[in-house]
Amino acid sequence: MSDMRALYQEVILDHNRKPRNFGPLDGANRVAQGTNPLCGDNYTIYARVNDDDIVEAVSFEGSGCAISKAAASMMTTRIKGKKVESAEQLIEEFRAMLTGELDLQADHSLGHLTVFEGVAQLPQRVKCAVLPWHAMHAALEGDEETSTEGDSDIWSKE
Amino acid sequence: MSAQPTALSRSWDEVRADFPILAQSINGHPLAYLDTAASAQMPQQVIDRLVWYHSTLHSNVHRGVHTLSQRATQAFEDVRLKVKQLLNAPSLKECIFTGGTTDAINLVAHSFGKTFLKEGDRVLLSALEHHANIVPWQRICEEVGASIDVIPINDRGELLLDELDALLTDRTRIVGVNHVSNALGTVNPIEEIIARAHARDIPVLIDGAQAVAHMKVDVQALDADFYAFSSHKLCGPTGIGILYGKERWLEKMQPYRSGGDMILSVSWEGTTYNGLPHKFEAGTPSIAAGVGMGAAIDYLQELGLERIAAREAELLEKATERLAQIPGVRLIGTSEHKASVLSFDIEGVHPHDIGSILDSEGVAIRAGHHCAQPVMTRLGVPATARASFAFYNDDQDIDRLVAGIYSVKEIFGV
Repeated sequence: MSDMRALYQEVILDHNRKPRNFGPLDGANRVAQGTNPLCGDNYTIYARVNDDDIVEAVSFEGSGCAISKAAASMMTTRIKGKKVESAEQLIEEFRAMLTGELDLQADHSLGHLTVFEGVAQLPQRVKCAVLPWHAMHAALEGDEETSTEGDSDIWSKE
Repeated sequence: MSAQPTALSRSWDEVRADFPILAQSINGHPLAYLDTAASAQMPQQVIDRLVWYHSTLHSNVHRGVHTLSQRATQAFEDVRLKVKQLLNAPSLKECIFTGGTTDAINLVAHSFGKTFLKEGDRVLLSALEHHANIVPWQRICEEVGASIDVIPINDRGELLLDELDALLTDRTRIVGVNHVSNALGTVNPIEEIIARAHARDIPVLIDGAQAVAHMKVDVQALDADFYAFSSHKLCGPTGIGILYGKERWLEKMQPYRSGGDMILSVSWEGTTYNGLPHKFEAGTPSIAAGVGMGAAIDYLQELGLERIAAREAELLEKATERLAQIPGVRLIGTSEHKASVLSFDIEGVHPHDIGSILDSEGVAIRAGHHCAQPVMTRLGVPATARASFAFYNDDQDIDRLVAGIYSVKEIFGV
């Protein structure tokens, strides 16, 4: 991608400057930390899932680039209130979009998250956008730690 | 290859033209390659030597009776001689081919550590080391029950030598320090560190990865016990490097890897190891890369390392002045003595975003922790953007870096 303005859209810059749902979460019953050991990005995802399997509240803490921070911020606004099953579907769609496996013309529930579509053209930055989503997946699965590498490497096919 | 009388009179523009990779466009812009600290580019002379090797004399070394093997062996061993001359090493036996700096440090940590480190001993490293001069020592220390002490730095990224004498204890067995910091560009006072360690008969390993291509290195004048560097940081191919080590240590150290070339004879009862330097050179080496490294050494020596150092100091000074004037840009690592590395950040912008936006304009820098996380932690930054210079860079590259930084500021509104 040669035009960075297309990637760094105002919505991404806004979430980077003013991340939503930033900070620890009271009563969180799902917590996971996601790290990218290659660049040092590090996020902790908190979620509170109720007895009906609904993600009542979600938040995040940590540091990283504008892409990862905006991805985390926008993710929290979209996951909140969803059933765990729907959240997992959204996580999978986001991952598929960034690895070029999703047909954006077909049905999907990404909505405004398609602002990250351009990241797919920057392979070296895909892990930045996916990291918080990885951590959210780990939190919902009950894992405490995840990473962009090893078993969680988005480029390794299961 | 002997020095050409015309070499010293070539302009830097002519020298730059030796590097075909620099003549291309990246993302629609001319390439400004400012990531030499990660890997230096290869001149046509090195590329030609690789083609010559592969097309005329490739064969295995040290074991063939046929002509090609003898020629390949000769070409490879000629490089050892060039290395000896480059470092002013006393003996060829002290110049060991390795897979690179990291491999060389692993060799010292493993072999020296297994031989000389015992429970309760201490290894002294500097706070400026990158992971390759930390982790191998952590591993051997864990194995033998030794521990690591650290020479601290100030906020400018300079080692606090006042603390050195207290850190050199009766249990310190070796000191490891880089000649030039890859993250901050600090040139460390290694002569003084070596002298003070030697006053207590403690050997010193110098990680010279960022130094050898940028300044004259004389291991005898330094009195270094070990000196490691990589070919790809001095305009040669990747996958090969050198460990210089004093014979008095190498002779006593256990072999690192085992297999062909490090062996004199094998029976089921036991093995007799080869002498230096082959004792530490198991298996078939990266022969072509070695020959390419030889061409790189020739190339740098023809240009003149003093002249290279002066050129790079000029570029660094210009770039430092320009960046210091940009509002919101902070220089990280402001040591009085620096070489070819300019680390910085922009207030309100993460270095990865700086790196991507600069890349979109054809400006290649490194962004991240530079495999030196303890340095970043000490300075309180998650990462930096790092522009690193070589003699083949020019004023236009600096102009493009500055313009790219203004693009970052515009996009982020800072």
